[in-house]
Amino acid sequence: MTVAAARELRDGQVVFVGIDLPSRAANLARRLHAPGLVLVYESGTIDTRPDELPLSIGDGVLADTALSVVSVPEIFNYWLQSGRMDVGFLSGAQIDRYANLNTTVIGEYDEPDVRLPGSGGAPEISAGCREVIVVMRHRKRAFVDRVDFVTTCGYGTGPTDRALLGLRGAGPVRVITDLGVLEPEPESKELMLTALHPGVTVEQARAETGWSLEISDELGETTPPTERELTTLRAMKTVGAAGR
Amino acid sequence: MAKIVSLTDAVAEFVHDGDTVALEGFTHLIPFAAGHEIIRQRRRDLTLARMTPDLVYDQIIGAGCARKLIFSWGGNPGVGSLYRLRDAITAGWPVPLEIEEYTHAGMANRYVAGAAGLPFAVLRGAAGTDLVRHTRGVSTVRCPFTGERLTAVAALNPDVTIVHAQRADRAGNVSMWGITGVQKEAVLAARRALVTVEEIVDELTPMPDEVVLPRFTVDAVAVVSGGAAPSYAHGYYDRDNAAYLEWEKISRDRETFTAWLRDLEKNEPEKGEPAAERGAP
Repeated sequence: MTVAAARELRDGQVVFVGIDLPSRAANLARRLHAPGLVLVYESGTIDTRPDELPLSIGDGVLADTALSVVSVPEIFNYWLQSGRMDVGFLSGAQIDRYANLNTTVIGEYDEPDVRLPGSGGAPEISAGCREVIVVMRHRKRAFVDRVDFVTTCGYGTGPTDRALLGLRGAGPVRVITDLGVLEPEPESKELMLTALHPGVTVEQARAETGWSLEISDELGETTPPTERELTTLRAMKTVGAAGR
Repeated sequence: MAKIVSLTDAVAEFVHDGDTVALEGFTHLIPFAAGHEIIRQRRRDLTLARMTPDLVYDQIIGAGCARKLIFSWGGNPGVGSLYRLRDAITAGWPVPLEIEEYTHAGMANRYVAGAAGLPFAVLRGAAGTDLVRHTRGVSTVRCPFTGERLTAVAALNPDVTIVHAQRADRAGNVSMWGITGVQKEAVLAARRALVTVEEIVDELTPMPDEVVLPRFTVDAVAVVSGGAAPSYAHGYYDRDNAAYLEWEKISRDRETFTAWLRDLEKNEPEKGEPAAERGAP
């Protein structure tokens, strides 16, 4: 998934980076095909070039290697909200057929079965970035018909919601999973399967999806990770966290 | 005007039961020592405000000091969950915890409005989410010039804001640099402000990306070297990522947490060593 996500990033793009897999993917892309990628973290570090991976979004290595460090209100208001970010990466505990994401609660809000971290910057990333890429493990309990809580609006209830709500970015354009790739069908905005990783079947993807998953007429197969991609990925170390 | 006091005296004077308290610091400069002193002095019924509760609020909540949390992302960054926070929300242990949650931009702009003396702030972003239905402080507003519907968030004015900074001078002017998050806004929005610092210097020399809090914006400054650990103080010490990983084990279980808490309460308040013994960065 990390390699597939890294390949989505093009040289010269400005990417709003979240921690963990998005951070690994963005830093992998910068070491491979996109040396001019501009990494922006919500802690306020702009054009940062960490030589080791940060564990959190505000590790010192991000400030040390940044072109500029700005305040948190500034990063959200001037840089994200204003539409200056090309790509944002998101993930979640649940995603639904219209790519809405839940990182708030499983179950009822007032009496949750599982309390999750909450929204962070995700709603604004989905609203403000020109496009959003979602990266998640493809499991039936995560790919649900309706999310328990809309933390982050993807396409809401259909194709017209984003415009009505004043969300200016395109929204989630691709969902990369460990089984393959889903993309919104252009008319309905419902997520459909557009590619599978080598060795994965349509039946597997359908079995792990909680709605009746449409399959693209042009279903493709992703290119397996190259030796160089894997070697580079494995060589990236997280600051002060041996073994992670 | 800022006075220079011990951390014990500062918390005793400025943090009261029932207060709305903001300890800010976005990953960097998190005022852990001040949080621990709040636990030691057994404050109760606090409303805690903070964008990212982090370990420090997991600890204060687990100690039973809070009745409410205002936040935007409650996890152990890059590691996992805050189990004391979860336990308080879902099981009411050790005391029930009410929550009021926002998006990051929502929280940041609540402090901005508070700092600017405005009743609310305007932003894009929360539209289409379920937060709007659950959080009183989020609403919509129509732009009087374009007619566009936008998100409004209520100003946040804590009774007391506590931040950690690298340096202050003897008059109480405070200097911090590196990732400075939302600290300036949180201090300016607060009725009272308390700052812990790594060291007090005769003269503040300008630093890159520096944020200065003039002495008339701060009520008290306490020297606590290492006061942000296990988060970090840029130019002084690194983030102790191993401690963040270790917290996962301590926080997960009520008994291991309670043992941690007993140890904390037994220890002396964190006073900090004289700067001269540690050497300047």
